Amino acid sequence: MADDSLVDIRDLHFHYDGRPVLQGIDMKIPRGKVVAIMGGSGCGKTTLLRCIGGQLKPTGGSVRLENHQVCKMSEAELYRLRRRMGMLFQFGALFTDLSVFDNVAFPLREHTDLSEEMIRDLVLMKLEAVGLRGAHALMPASLSGGMARRVALARAVALDPTLIMYDEPFTGLDPIALGVIGRLIRSLNDALGATSIMVTHDIQESLLIVDYIYFLNGGKVVAQGAPDEIRASSDPFVYQFVHAEPDGPVHFDYPAPTVLQDFLPGGAHARAA
Amino acid sequence: MNRTVLDLWVGFFVALGLAAVLFLALKVGNLSSAHLSDTYVLQARFDNIGGLKVRGPVRSAGVLVGRIADIGFDPESYQAVVTMNIDGRYRFPRDTFASIYTAGLLGEQYIGLDVGGDDKMLQAGDMVRMTQSAVVLEKLLGQFLFNKAAEGQESK
Amino acid sequence: MPGPLELVRRLGSSVVDRVWRLGFATRFFFAILLHSGTALRRLSLTLREIYFSGVLSLLIIIVSGLFVGLVLGLQGYETLQRFGSTEALGVLVSLSLVRELGPVVAGLLFASRAGSSITAEIGLMKTTEQLKAMDMMAVNPIARVVAPRFWGGVISMPLLAAMFSAMGVFGGWLIGVVFIGVDDGAFWSQMQSSVDFRYDIMNGVIKSVVFGFAVSLIAVFEGYDSAPTAEGVSRAITRTVVTSAMTILALDFILTSFMFRGN
Repeated sequence: MADDSLVDIRDLHFHYDGRPVLQGIDMKIPRGKVVAIMGGSGCGKTTLLRCIGGQLKPTGGSVRLENHQVCKMSEAELYRLRRRMGMLFQFGALFTDLSVFDNVAFPLREHTDLSEEMIRDLVLMKLEAVGLRGAHALMPASLSGGMARRVALARAVALDPTLIMYDEPFTGLDPIALGVIGRLIRSLNDALGATSIMVTHDIQESLLIVDYIYFLNGGKVVAQGAPDEIRASSDPFVYQFVHAEPDGPVHFDYPAPTVLQDFLPGGAHARAA
Repeated sequence: MNRTVLDLWVGFFVALGLAAVLFLALKVGNLSSAHLSDTYVLQARFDNIGGLKVRGPVRSAGVLVGRIADIGFDPESYQAVVTMNIDGRYRFPRDTFASIYTAGLLGEQYIGLDVGGDDKMLQAGDMVRMTQSAVVLEKLLGQFLFNKAAEGQESK
Repeated sequence: MPGPLELVRRLGSSVVDRVWRLGFATRFFFAILLHSGTALRRLSLTLREIYFSGVLSLLIIIVSGLFVGLVLGLQGYETLQRFGSTEALGVLVSLSLVRELGPVVAGLLFASRAGSSITAEIGLMKTTEQLKAMDMMAVNPIARVVAPRFWGGVISMPLLAAMFSAMGVFGGWLIGVVFIGVDDGAFWSQMQSSVDFRYDIMNGVIKSVVFGFAVSLIAVFEGYDSAPTAEGVSRAITRTVVTSAMTILALDFILTSFMFRGN
C-alpha cells in the first residue's frame, strides 16, 4: 500500500509566528486518485497544501513526493519538481497583463523550447478541454469567476502534471459553474492519469467527485474515509460538517464566560461600562 | 499591444534619449571644441598661481591652445607646478613666456603663452622656463598704499 | 494620548522596523542582481518594461522640462539683467539643468509616474496570488517580474533626465532668444565655453543613473513587500513616492558634494 501512494505525509508540524497551525498530520495520497482535504476555515488546509508544494518549510515532520523529500530540497530541485505539479489557486491567480491564450501558454513558454505553432496547438487543446477555446483572445478582466477558474485550470494542466493541487476551487462560484469545475477536476485527473489533491470546504460537491476525504480540525486529521463511509459516518465532527449543523464539536459561540457571569451586576458588561 | 508596435515605441524612446544626450554633449557642452586632438604636455613653475583652476584655458595670442591638466605644489622650491595639455597642432619656441592673466577685471584666470624667437621648439614634457605669476589684487593694493605712505613720509 | 514611555517605545520599534526593512531591501537588491540573467537574456521582457516606465513617462517629462526651462529663462533674465550680463543666460539655464534640475526633477517625476505604477503592479500581482502561482509554476517571480521592471527603470531614467535637460535648454532658449531677444550667438557660445562635457554633463548623467537605480529598487521593493490587501498596496504606493523623493534629494546632496569640489 505504501508503494502505491504518490504523496506521503508523516507527522507534519507547522508553526506560524509561534502559533501552531499543523500539529502532526499523517496522510497518504494514492496515485491516480482525487483526494479532498476538508475542514473549517482557518484550520490549516492551505498551509498543508503549500507544504506539499514546498512553498513553506514545515517546522517538523516530512513530506515525500514519489521518492523526493520535499522539505529537504534546494530551491533549484524544488523548481525542477514543480514543473511536474500543477496548482489552481483560490481565485485562479491569472496573470492580469496577459491574454487567456498567453496565460495558458506561460508554463509552456517558460519551460519548453517548443515552436510557436506547437504551443498554439497545445494551448488550444487545453482550452478546448475546459470548453473555452473560443475565449482565447480575451483578457482575464473580461472573464466571469467561473471562466477564470477554468482558464486557470487549463494553465495548471498545461505541462501535463503528475500532481494537481486545488486550493478552494469552488469558492465564490454559482452552482452551475461549481458543477462544471467539479466535473472538470474529475475528468482531467482521469484523462491525464494524474493525482489530485483538493482543499475545500464544499462537502456536497466533493462527495460526488472524490475518492477519499480527510477531515482536518485544529491542525490534526480528525476523520477520513471514502465518500460513502463519510456519508454514513456517525463521527460527531463529520456529521456536523456534512449536515452543516450550526452547533456540535465546532461551537457556534465564541468561547465566553457563562451568560450569568456576563449579564449579572458586576459581570463583564458592567466592567466594560 | 502588438509586439512590433511596442518595439517601435521603445526604439523611438531610446533614440530620443540618445539624441538628447548628444544635444547636451555637442550643443550645450563643449565636447566638440574642447576635444583637443592628441595633446602633448608642458609644465611651468609659478611663484603664485592666484585663482588658477584645473581645466582652465591656456591661450596664445588670445586663442585657446590647451587646457590646464593639473596643479601641484613642489615642496623643494615652494613653487606651484602647473601641467598643461597643449594641442598637438601647435609648437612653441623654447623661450616662450608663460604668464597668468585675468580675463577682464574679475573674470577667470588663464595662462597666456607669449612667444619668443628661439629656433628650437619645446618638446613634450618640457618645462617652460620663463614665467610670470598671477597678479594678486590684495598685494597690489597693499603695495600701492605702502608706496603712498612712504611718499607722504618723504615729503615731510 | 499615549504617555512618554509609550512614545519612546513606538519610536524604538519604528527605528527597528526601518533598519530591518533596509536590510531586507539590500538582500532583495542582491537577489535581483542574481536573477537578472533572464531579464537580460530575454530582452523582450525588459523592452516591455522600458515601454511602460520610459515611453509612457515621455509626455510628462517633455512638458515639465519645457516649462522648467521657460521659468528658468524668465527668472534668470530678470536677475542677470541687473548685472548687465544677459548673454550669460544660456550658461545659467544649462548649468542649473544639467547639474541639478535635470536629474532631480526628472527623478521625482519618474518616481511618481513610473515608480508608483511599478509598485502598484507588483503589489496587485502579490494580492491576487499571481506571484505565488508563478512560483508554483517553477518560475522565479524575482527573475520574471521584478528584475525586468528594475532594469527597465534603470535604463529609462537617464534617458528621461537627458530629455528633460535638453527640453529645458530649449525652453530657456525660447524665452531668452526668441521672446526677449538675447543674442543667439552669445547664448550658445557662452554656454558652450562654460559647460564642460566631462565635469558637468557626465556628472549629471551619473546622478541620473544613480537615481534610476534608487527609484527602481524602491519601487519594486515596496511592491514586493506590500501587504497583500488593497490597503496594503495603496500604502506601498505612497511609500514609494515619499521614500523615492527623500532618497533622491539626499543622494543628490551626497553626489554633489563629491563631484563639484570647487575646482
